[in-house]
Amino acid sequence: MPLDTSVDTIRLFSGFTRGSLRLMLRGNRAYWTWLAVLGALILSGILAYVDQVRTGLALTAMRDQVSWGFYIGNFTFLVGVAAAAVVLVIPAYIYNWKPIREIVIYGELLAISAILMCLMFVMVDIGRPDRFWHLIPGIGYLNFPRSVLAWDVLVLNIYFVVNFVVATHILYRAFHGRHYIKRLVVPLVLFSIPMAVGIHTVTAFLYNGLAARPYWNSSILAPQFLASAFCSGPAILLVVMQLLRRFTRFEIQDQAIWKIAELMAYAMFLNLFLHGAEAFKEFYSSTEHLLYTRYWYLGLGGHHTLVPYAWSAVALNILAFAIFIVPAVRRNWIALNIGCLATYAGVYIEKGMGLIIPGLTPDTLGEIYEYYPTVTELRVAAGIFAVGFLVFTLMLKVAVPISLGEFLGRENEHRLETVPVPAAAGD
Amino acid sequence: MRLAAFTLIAAAALLRAADGPGTVPAGSASNKPDQERVETPPPPFTDGIFPCSNCHATQPVNRTRRELKDMHTDIDLRHDETHRWCLDCHDATNRDFLHLASGERIPFEESYLLCGQCHGEKLRDWRAGVHGRRTGNWNGTKSYLLCAHCHNPHQPRFHALAPKPAPRPPARPSR
Amino acid sequence: MENDAKHNSENLSRRGFAAAAAGAATWILTSCGPKRLYEVPKDRLRTKISELEQRYQQRYHEHINVADTQPMAGVEYAYALDLSRCIGCRRCVYACVAENNQSRDPQIQWIRVLSMEKEKGVDLAHADPYYNPPEVPEEGHFYMPVQCQHCENPPCTKVCPTAATWKERDGIVVIDYDWCIGCRYCMAACPYGARHFNWAEPEIPTAEINPNTHYLGNRPRTKGVVEKCTFCIQRTRTGRYPACEEVCPVGARKFGNLLDAGSEIRYIIEHKRVFVLKEDLNTVPRFFYFYAT
Repeated sequence: MPLDTSVDTIRLFSGFTRGSLRLMLRGNRAYWTWLAVLGALILSGILAYVDQVRTGLALTAMRDQVSWGFYIGNFTFLVGVAAAAVVLVIPAYIYNWKPIREIVIYGELLAISAILMCLMFVMVDIGRPDRFWHLIPGIGYLNFPRSVLAWDVLVLNIYFVVNFVVATHILYRAFHGRHYIKRLVVPLVLFSIPMAVGIHTVTAFLYNGLAARPYWNSSILAPQFLASAFCSGPAILLVVMQLLRRFTRFEIQDQAIWKIAELMAYAMFLNLFLHGAEAFKEFYSSTEHLLYTRYWYLGLGGHHTLVPYAWSAVALNILAFAIFIVPAVRRNWIALNIGCLATYAGVYIEKGMGLIIPGLTPDTLGEIYEYYPTVTELRVAAGIFAVGFLVFTLMLKVAVPISLGEFLGRENEHRLETVPVPAAAGD
Repeated sequence: MRLAAFTLIAAAALLRAADGPGTVPAGSASNKPDQERVETPPPPFTDGIFPCSNCHATQPVNRTRRELKDMHTDIDLRHDETHRWCLDCHDATNRDFLHLASGERIPFEESYLLCGQCHGEKLRDWRAGVHGRRTGNWNGTKSYLLCAHCHNPHQPRFHALAPKPAPRPPARPSR
Repeated sequence: MENDAKHNSENLSRRGFAAAAAGAATWILTSCGPKRLYEVPKDRLRTKISELEQRYQQRYHEHINVADTQPMAGVEYAYALDLSRCIGCRRCVYACVAENNQSRDPQIQWIRVLSMEKEKGVDLAHADPYYNPPEVPEEGHFYMPVQCQHCENPPCTKVCPTAATWKERDGIVVIDYDWCIGCRYCMAACPYGARHFNWAEPEIPTAEINPNTHYLGNRPRTKGVVEKCTFCIQRTRTGRYPACEEVCPVGARKFGNLLDAGSEIRYIIEHKRVFVLKEDLNTVPRFFYFYAT
């Protein structure tokens, strides 16, 4: 009997997989063009990466003075995006708030793609990717709990698995016309809430714990990471939601979108406030640690490369806050989308390059080396983003029809009656 | 009457001087009684100038302070020269020796005792291994240099050196 | 009855199989899998090291001796540097490069000499590592060489995700170049810029290779790993002074055993004005700066 059930499960799951593949291979011209563009970017990224592996990280602009750069900046930003799925999960599952609940699955899919990109950004940044297995406990050695990076490896992977399991399970059940198993999903979702806060807190601690870098060694860093994540993640989702609404039969209530925009306004306020608090402390006390903040906002000793980016980020964030905080404005679709773009760009600048580069410039012995990414770095990063978008696109391609009930595993329908449905299934 | 000519040999030559070193036992420097003799490499004489008595033994002693015209014209005394002259340090009766203020004669190998009369703090630090360079073994045989190996006694101020090349600043890849 | 016996024997053989499998897995994990060198049992360490030597032989066409000299009992190393003497001639930098097989291109130098203005004092924000006058010392300047401070509380070792860097019993902070994955977290954590990364394949002219190496010290490295000063572990563990100490033309560099009350290092700490770099970070460096005068 248990054997029977597992065979059934395998059959059902392979049905789901085959169905998903069929969905992915079906699409109009725009879909295939999009995939082709992503494919080209991925190919270019792979070629650049092969070059980088062959020559070494000397092909990047990173040097001993600025030993982390664009890759780690993107990694940090994307951890924030991944963590932001929680913004949707909390009201959906805890407060059972219906309008958001139907789109929560897309938050999880976004988290999966973002974590995937995070892991890839770390991989391309390390000097000996062939020794990646040194991190795996058992065959390698994970320096846990001493190294915060070891914590990050753990929480990112767990978060990835949790989101993957939840999203796959919900879609798989829906594919077979059944409701997800509440007993499985609810605890996992509840678990993923502290996990989401956890991945971003741990990532903040990665920098925060380094006394050698005063720009990062501020206890405001982790809360500020979370605040900005709760802006950038939903900003992407809001755009995706509108696209889905336009191009599929998927119905998302305006109310849900406005609610998310409102949450983003609060998060952005907190983000700006924390930045302001940090800037006040640095400039007013004006200790030797001011150097880094000064380099970011004002430039230092004739080096001004980052200054325009710093002020663009501030301007974009303030603009986004202004748009989202006024109900009438955020209900205007054009304004809303400008707000989303502004949030995305603002947080991307301040949390990527704006976090990493001033943290390392000037270096610990006072030297200023002005870092900005090379073509190799841009190509590799574009390739990784393309992989992320590809994965997200393909997952959407499967998830949308399934959650709309347009696509069911019909070949299994007759078996459904005979398979004992677990008691906890459905509500 | 002759002065032993010391020559300051710059860094590269100093390294060579360290090859034939005298030694002191490990870790004992600071425990050593102050008057104990320290093993050092031979003093850095100009080639063929020692023993001084080769010439000076046959010459009468002239104690008047004067400008040297015939010999040792290379010596340009810049060592508290207004108060000092050759015979304050070089022994007039036996030119192969130096002498302390007390009149006690000391060999060139122990010239540090002479230097230490004024520079007592430096002598103390040198004995402890803090002033001057030590080579060899941190926990065994190590060698000292005499004051005169690094400081020309006639012009003791340390000479400037040409620095080795500066590091290359970080550069972005060319392509 | 018969059934029971059969069941039992089946159980036994199954258990036997499980035990064998577990044993095999353990064997694979502990003996086959290349582990961090310092965890490798003594006898196998020698084998691994001769493998290393063979690899180097192929690459450099010269026998490179890789020693595994262990720490001495009762010894903790410390370094002291006399700022009132240093003239910034960089002899130490190049002696270190030659002794420790540092890459000439891309250039890696474990010692960085900073030129500072006497008026400003020790002020890293105005330090210049690229000074290049015809002669040193320059008027109004003093010089501060910086290298690995071999902290008692090293921020770099605790952040390493694979524990590829650690502090030895004698206080030397070392890196296992065969275990480092090149994530450079240690470089972000080091407050002294002491750690250097091989951004490309290191290049050393064959004629200039120093064949006397230690596996935790100056053996040739590959691209993609981090390296740094090891207090010349290959020399100091056999009782010798580090290369930078011996080359200094002004005798500004001092080295010895912190636990030996008669050592010059103890004399300096007890009798001179001593300070450590970035004391507020509580890294407790074993590298002291002092003023002899």
